[in-house]
Amino acid sequence: MREFSYAKAVDPEEAVRLAGTGARYLGGGTNLVDLMREEIETPTALIDVSGLAQGITETPGGGIEIGAATSNTAVAAHPRVRHDYPMLARAIVSGASGQLRNMATVGGNLLQRTRCAYFYDEAARCNKRSPVSGCDAREGFHRAHAVLGVSEQCIATHPSDMCVALVALDAQVDILGPAGARAVPLEQLHREPGDTPHLETVLAPAELITAVRLPQATVAANSTYRKVRDRASYAFALVSVAAALRVEDGTVSEVRIALGGVASRPWRAHLAERELLGAPATAESFRRAAETEFRAARPSRDNAFKVSLAPRVVADVLEGLIR
Amino acid sequence: MEHDGISTAKVTVRVNGSSQSAAIDTRTSLLELIRQHVGLTGTKRGCNQGACGACTVLIDDQRVLSCLTLAVQADGREVTTIEGIGDTTQLHRLQSAFIDHDGFQCGYCTAGQICSGVALASEAAAGVPSVVTDDLHADEVDLSLAEIRERMSGNLCRCGAHNGIIAAISEVYGS
Repeated sequence: MREFSYAKAVDPEEAVRLAGTGARYLGGGTNLVDLMREEIETPTALIDVSGLAQGITETPGGGIEIGAATSNTAVAAHPRVRHDYPMLARAIVSGASGQLRNMATVGGNLLQRTRCAYFYDEAARCNKRSPVSGCDAREGFHRAHAVLGVSEQCIATHPSDMCVALVALDAQVDILGPAGARAVPLEQLHREPGDTPHLETVLAPAELITAVRLPQATVAANSTYRKVRDRASYAFALVSVAAALRVEDGTVSEVRIALGGVASRPWRAHLAERELLGAPATAESFRRAAETEFRAARPSRDNAFKVSLAPRVVADVLEGLIR
Repeated sequence: MEHDGISTAKVTVRVNGSSQSAAIDTRTSLLELIRQHVGLTGTKRGCNQGACGACTVLIDDQRVLSCLTLAVQADGREVTTIEGIGDTTQLHRLQSAFIDHDGFQCGYCTAGQICSGVALASEAAAGVPSVVTDDLHADEVDLSLAEIRERMSGNLCRCGAHNGIIAAISEVYGS
């Protein structure tokens, strides 16, 4: 690990002031410290923001605001989240381990880096780690890699479970930077790789995520998250689905679907949602709608199974939400 | 915490109830602070990348991985290691259960397993759900064998003593 200076910020404004060139914000450190040990991240200064904005508060519109330094565990355990946004609680506890969820913050979860093995391997070519060096995943071990939102330069998945639920819930991300405060929809926070896979978000230098806001959503009370993976626990997703559903007289009247493990960013399945509105609430129409989402899929040699697996998981999850 | 130089810092951490101060390189992990500066070697270094759980300790009663925690982040906080859970003259009841159920062979992962087991009980009592929890409305989760297995998935045992570990935790905290 390279040397770095350390400072603990007392408020977001101070954090932004302290964040000069070469600085990184430090949340729980579960990803950043590991990447620093591998010297994939080499910040010269860490600004510790793990003591800022912890907690969940009600917003005027009936939604909630989650401070960026709130631990993953605290979000999953919060009564409002468990009752009104069950897909979020279930997504969080599908990820990592108890220890990691206690450490990891919400802001850090949004900004975690891919777990592509070639990104971590200094001996491998990786356009994300070292722009224009090539991609060894394309012809390598890529069974777990992305099929949606990929490019010639990068097929890495965004690894978060939490973000999949957040994108289905229309989360807004509050940001503070040297130029002031702004908010972006979570769906627009992450970039697709294109020709610049090293640019992963729309955040400008020194911009700090301060909170995530969830609007009130009645449909979210009938929601869940399912993660398909190689072992029952403590593994990244091959396919994951966050879904919410409302059915009236056998017809879909409201639906939210987001996918993890299949895309370069948390993937809201807008095409499938559009196709399902007003459609019969049957396993067959659920699967067909999900298949439309994957018409644009660009699978690699060993991950084409996701193109057929994901629609089946979507259909099964939605069927389980009919009541 | 005071800064002595650009990449050094003085930290003060309460470890098992006793205040410990050290001047350290900012790169020092909490694991290294505990083992090398405080001199408590019960906490073990396994993978050193947050995958195995051998280094599990409690910070303010919550289980964390000490290998991925920078020591500077623990400044001013209360750390509990295996030495603070029990000792040879007075074993914690979970330690006794590990002996009764053959919850270890080589013992390398055991300190992390015990710290994790103690903490998961308080998490379940506080209503923290797991991926196998059916009822998200419950404000307290009963620890079935499936719940314990899931909640211990972050602690690996290369000897394969998992069944004994689950049985021991179930005897002490199970539903």
